[in-house]
Amino acid sequence: MKFTLSWLRDHLETDAGLDTIVATLTRIGLEVEAVVDVARLLAPFTVAEVIEALPHPDADRLKLCRVRTADGEVQVVCGAPNARTGMKAVFAPVGAHIPGTGITLKAARIRGVESRGMLCSEREMMLSDDHEGIIELDPEAPIGAPFAEVAGLDDPVIDIAVTPNRPDALGVAGIARDLAAAGLGSVTTPPVTPVAGAFDCPIAVATEDESACPLFAGRLVRGVRNGPSPAWLRRRLEAIGLRPISALVDITNYLTHDRARPLHVYDAAKLKGTVRARLAAPGERLRALDGRDYETRGGECLIADDAGPLGFGGVIGGEASGTSAATVDVFIESALFDPVRTAETGRRHGIDSDARYRFERGVDPAFVIPGLELATQMVLDLCGGTASRLVVAGKEPAPPSAITFDPTRVKTLGGVDLSTARVRAILESLGFVWAEADGSAEVTPPSWRPDIAGAADLVEEVLRIHGYDSIPAVDLPRHQGVARATLTEGQRRARAVKRRLAVEGLDEAVTYSFMDARLARRFGAPETLAIANPISSELGMMRPSIVPNLLLAGGRNRDRGAENVALFEVGPVYHGSAPEDQLEVATALRMGARQRRGWRAPERAVDAHDAKADALAALAAAGAPVDKLQVVAGAPDWYHPGRSATFRLGPKTVLAQFGELHPRLLADLDLRGPAVATEVFLDRVPLPRRRASRARPALRLTNLPAVSRDFAFLVDRDVQVGELLRAIAAADRAHITEVELFDVYEGEGVGKGRKSVAITVRLSPVERTFTDSEIEAIAARIVAAAARACGAELRR
Amino acid sequence: MEDSKTLEAELLAEIAAADSLDALEAVRVKALGKKGLVTARLRSLGAMTPDERRVMGPALNAMKSRLAAAIAERRAALENAELDARLVEERLDMTLPVAPREMGHIHPLTQVLDELSEIFADLDFAVAEGPHIEDDFHNFTALNIPAHHPARQMHDTFYLVPDETGERKLLRTHTSPVQIRTMLRQEPPIRIIAPGRTFRSDSDATHTPMFHQVEGLVVDRETHMGHLKGCLEAWLSAFFEVDRIRMRFRPSYFPFTEPSAEVDINCSRQDGRLVVGEGEDWLEVLGCGMVHPNVLRACNLDPEVYQGFAFGAGLDRLAMLKYGMTDLRPFFEADQRWLAHYGFDPLEVPTIAGGLSR
Repeated sequence: MKFTLSWLRDHLETDAGLDTIVATLTRIGLEVEAVVDVARLLAPFTVAEVIEALPHPDADRLKLCRVRTADGEVQVVCGAPNARTGMKAVFAPVGAHIPGTGITLKAARIRGVESRGMLCSEREMMLSDDHEGIIELDPEAPIGAPFAEVAGLDDPVIDIAVTPNRPDALGVAGIARDLAAAGLGSVTTPPVTPVAGAFDCPIAVATEDESACPLFAGRLVRGVRNGPSPAWLRRRLEAIGLRPISALVDITNYLTHDRARPLHVYDAAKLKGTVRARLAAPGERLRALDGRDYETRGGECLIADDAGPLGFGGVIGGEASGTSAATVDVFIESALFDPVRTAETGRRHGIDSDARYRFERGVDPAFVIPGLELATQMVLDLCGGTASRLVVAGKEPAPPSAITFDPTRVKTLGGVDLSTARVRAILESLGFVWAEADGSAEVTPPSWRPDIAGAADLVEEVLRIHGYDSIPAVDLPRHQGVARATLTEGQRRARAVKRRLAVEGLDEAVTYSFMDARLARRFGAPETLAIANPISSELGMMRPSIVPNLLLAGGRNRDRGAENVALFEVGPVYHGSAPEDQLEVATALRMGARQRRGWRAPERAVDAHDAKADALAALAAAGAPVDKLQVVAGAPDWYHPGRSATFRLGPKTVLAQFGELHPRLLADLDLRGPAVATEVFLDRVPLPRRRASRARPALRLTNLPAVSRDFAFLVDRDVQVGELLRAIAAADRAHITEVELFDVYEGEGVGKGRKSVAITVRLSPVERTFTDSEIEAIAARIVAAAARACGAELRR
Repeated sequence: MEDSKTLEAELLAEIAAADSLDALEAVRVKALGKKGLVTARLRSLGAMTPDERRVMGPALNAMKSRLAAAIAERRAALENAELDARLVEERLDMTLPVAPREMGHIHPLTQVLDELSEIFADLDFAVAEGPHIEDDFHNFTALNIPAHHPARQMHDTFYLVPDETGERKLLRTHTSPVQIRTMLRQEPPIRIIAPGRTFRSDSDATHTPMFHQVEGLVVDRETHMGHLKGCLEAWLSAFFEVDRIRMRFRPSYFPFTEPSAEVDINCSRQDGRLVVGEGEDWLEVLGCGMVHPNVLRACNLDPEVYQGFAFGAGLDRLAMLKYGMTDLRPFFEADQRWLAHYGFDPLEVPTIAGGLSR
């Protein structure tokens, strides 16, 4: 919402200057977005007279001007074709900043002749794009006068952001009311005087749907002359970015911004029969004032006469019935339109207008008739003519009802201790009506405040005028003693997993929750996860897995020169649209080398077991019972079928899946392997049992010497070594403390289809040192267990 | 006797002259070995008279001890010399580079969230979470956003395709639904922050279709706007690590709060660098207000009994303001160079005692 300072002063008598007004507007919730003070910007530019314009001695198209300025005579070289002796022009001295070019003027020699300043065009002043010639001023303009003043540009323009709850501030008068309430002077908006009608209005009005248009009023003014508006009106409209059209149209635009009262004017000669507000049927056509053709879908609020649509009510008028220079009889409309329907119509047809902007927020229902009277008076003043009596259809909606208000709410909700008198004074200054009732008050909001519904709204009104900055800050009461832990187990766990994976050399990524729909389907996304209105096809579906996002990121890192990629993300995946279908998954991706080529060791490419190590690290950080997990070969089909597995707790619960990614997936994404991934389902890790005591079980250590024994077993190639290790560990739980694999060998010497597995078993005595025969007995149990579980033979 | 003394002298001389462990061993064998000279003499004691033996026995044994000690001493000296000689040869180029044990980096969003969790734990706020795929009720209706509100239109909100029941789920446009879920689940008093992913159909340097918010909610019987100010001042000062941040409250409008405010903090802008907590410029950082009575009612709380405040800020934006990123998009691009530059050492865990950042 833009307005100028002088326009505001029409409604507000105040001693405050621009800076105070601007600061106050922001303070009371009418946030100032910009102030354009052209006078300040154009201060160096003054009126000057060209004493003599002579040809430049060395350039055909340049002129040598002797210029009389307030500071004496100056020589200026000028290229404008219209520079001539005796004219009044705009002079910029050396040192002036030229807004249109961004250059600060310096004294210069142009083709050998000194030039000390500039005569300016409109483009150089950023007034228009005109650069045909220099600005020619009124011959009477006094030399040395500021150009901005002479050109009437010395009225600062203030642009405020009006929140959707404040339609009353979409008119200058409403803004003045707020400023006066805030102590910045007094409101001087003159009361509206009705214009007596000289005859009955020959045009009838009707409203067929009082929910869409509760009140529709109009009147005819006969015998007008619709020329250009007077300069003051044109200047105001131009200052706020509107193009003056003609006096009749300018009056409606003026009152839209002056009183937040949109109006419409029709050329009465082009109307046929009754003008009515009604709901549109589908397929009605209208060419609007923006020159575009619209076809109704049905349900829009139309203004129509007996011949057809005249405009969308509260949004835009039609071209055919509009006023022109030839208009003699004008029909002025002032009506009330439903905010929701107005917004819907505007949105449906993509029309933004000043009228829509106001109606969809809610215009003052009590100002329909006064607005019409004001418009009539302005038409009579600017265009002449004779006004008819009013025609009115429908009725003004019931006024807002009173709110029971306990003034102490300002303290208990707002935190400021104000006297009831002060609370009352603020509300009354904003137009609220205060009636005392025992202990509390009955407060009736003014008709122009559709947003006020309860006590909280009244508290806000009081606070914003009193000043939010005057609310004393109070510490929230704190828990007695030391702050307690506040994170849930899931949050604590996610935190630990993130930091653990980062310690493992992986960089934490955060990627979008959505992804390419085709890729998402390949990772098992159900169709219910498709986004109806995606921002692009690459972001068309909620992600069922984080792997693809990390893979694509890995590819991008590769493209930027990174050979090795190590990324993880702990975040959501979606298996459906219900809240419980959202799972927290720690996902890691490694591409390229796990260990780079170095002088101590050769390069080692990532493999599925690196993913397994990442899974174990994450699971341990999440508090999973790592030693109780089973490894089951195979994982979802984005993994290599033979080089992937899951970690399970019990037969069904998959806590993690990991392995080498499927070569076909990499090929389809145009990525070079090897690439391995890990997905750990954090929500499935069981919660730790709450223990009464933090104390740990007593530690029982023995200082008796431990014994290590090596075994080499021959097994079939398909035997899973994990099974063998587990069987050995179970052979004598009392004494076996560690089972460690140190070699797996296939090839010469072990026979086809067989492999040799070398294992160290560490035995710890419990009460006394082992005897040889005890060790032999344990070894025999180990060999027997290995044979039983995996058909292992001890290699001799 | 004379003979023995001569022998001892000779052997001691040979021990002293032995220039290697091998030579020393040869002397030892010659003297004390099974067939050694001293051994032979000791053996000859058996053939002597008791009187001779009484004299010669101790003498020969003493000599044997002295020789053994001399050999041990000489061996130690030779071994030391040998180690010294070997150490001269044993040299490594200690300038050779070792493969660094590289740690990865924690994303700034995680770091900032951990900082906020610490700060708010100290203020008794728990961290609440909720689903990203939401319904109209939790994202809009319960938050007093009527059906015709522009935010509900396709323009801002991502919708999923309708499910089998015809219901059209949406991606939450703010973390406020978590407030609703919390109030529906938990009796006041409530103190939570709700951080997390949010989604709006928007994309440029400062807008991405996914971003993060952190909201706060306090509901009890007496919390008022003064507490809101105190709480914001406390956490913003702590977060930006300044003694006392200056704030400006501007009246504003949100459907879910009344009264509502936008909050600016003081900052300075020098040479394109933004410094928060000093200077005279203002920077908008969050929106807040007292929970709207209609929101309380939607959560089955009586606004005549309960009241409280809510606030919301951009988590990504807070990270940018504190740590100096100027573009939001790279937050979600997983560029390892960006992560290494703006990310954090995983061991740098923000704590109250240790400080939020270094």
